[in-house]
Amino acid sequence: MANFNIFDIAGSGMNAQSVRLNLVASNIANANTVSGSLDTVYKSRQPVFASELKNLLDRQKPGSGVNVLGVVESQEPSVAEYAPYHPLADKDGYIYKPNVNTIEEMANMMSASRSYQNNVEVLNTAKELILQTLKMGK
Amino acid sequence: MSINFDKALGIHAQALALREKRSEVLASNLVNADTPGYKARDLDFSSVLKQNMPSGLNLSGLNLERTRTNHLAPPELTLGARMMYRNPNQASLDGNTVEAHVEQAKFAENAVQYQASLNFINNSLAGLMMALRGE
Repeated sequence: MANFNIFDIAGSGMNAQSVRLNLVASNIANANTVSGSLDTVYKSRQPVFASELKNLLDRQKPGSGVNVLGVVESQEPSVAEYAPYHPLADKDGYIYKPNVNTIEEMANMMSASRSYQNNVEVLNTAKELILQTLKMGK
Repeated sequence: MSINFDKALGIHAQALALREKRSEVLASNLVNADTPGYKARDLDFSSVLKQNMPSGLNLSGLNLERTRTNHLAPPELTLGARMMYRNPNQASLDGNTVEAHVEQAKFAENAVQYQASLNFINNSLAGLMMALRGE
């Protein structure tokens, strides 16, 4: 337990999961945001995860953390709804709703929070082991 | 008479280092549980034992020289242990082979084994201390 690499790994995971949780919050918060045109309607945002390649190639550090490569907007079509009396309706009488699937987002949220918990557990276990190692011979 | 730590502590000091590396590998499996295409890995402890065997084929100990970039690399070793890929029980569609429950069990197992090695070292040190004091 010399270079505390495991803290970096678990920390990167917690960071990635919190980004994911933030995006879920943003998606659910905007699930009912209607818009008057296809260009301005809110689109579901999803994180892209990838493992850190530089660590994978380093033999002294066998573990690899997780990277958030970026955030992509979902390509699913937005929902057009005919509502001619809506104040935001366009000239054909349509309003546009975001392509957020609330059920999917809820499942995503559970998955993210469980993964976060997993990483916290790893961190706690590693901390315990290091503290015990520091007390070696006492 | 001189005290040799290597002899006094036996294999446990090395075991501790290897357990630590393994905890890193298992932690990175857990961390990458949601990374598409990530393949779960583990350290193979028996490969270390085989390497320390006096006779027989010792493939993992061979150092092949790579003169060109497209030569195949020898198996990846960490402190003499071979890095292996996990065979998933139920593969997921995105190519990720991490199964959180399996990894958690392995992580807990590894933590307990780490503590066991630590206890052995502590006991050896306590024995040495007692011998030095001569009480």
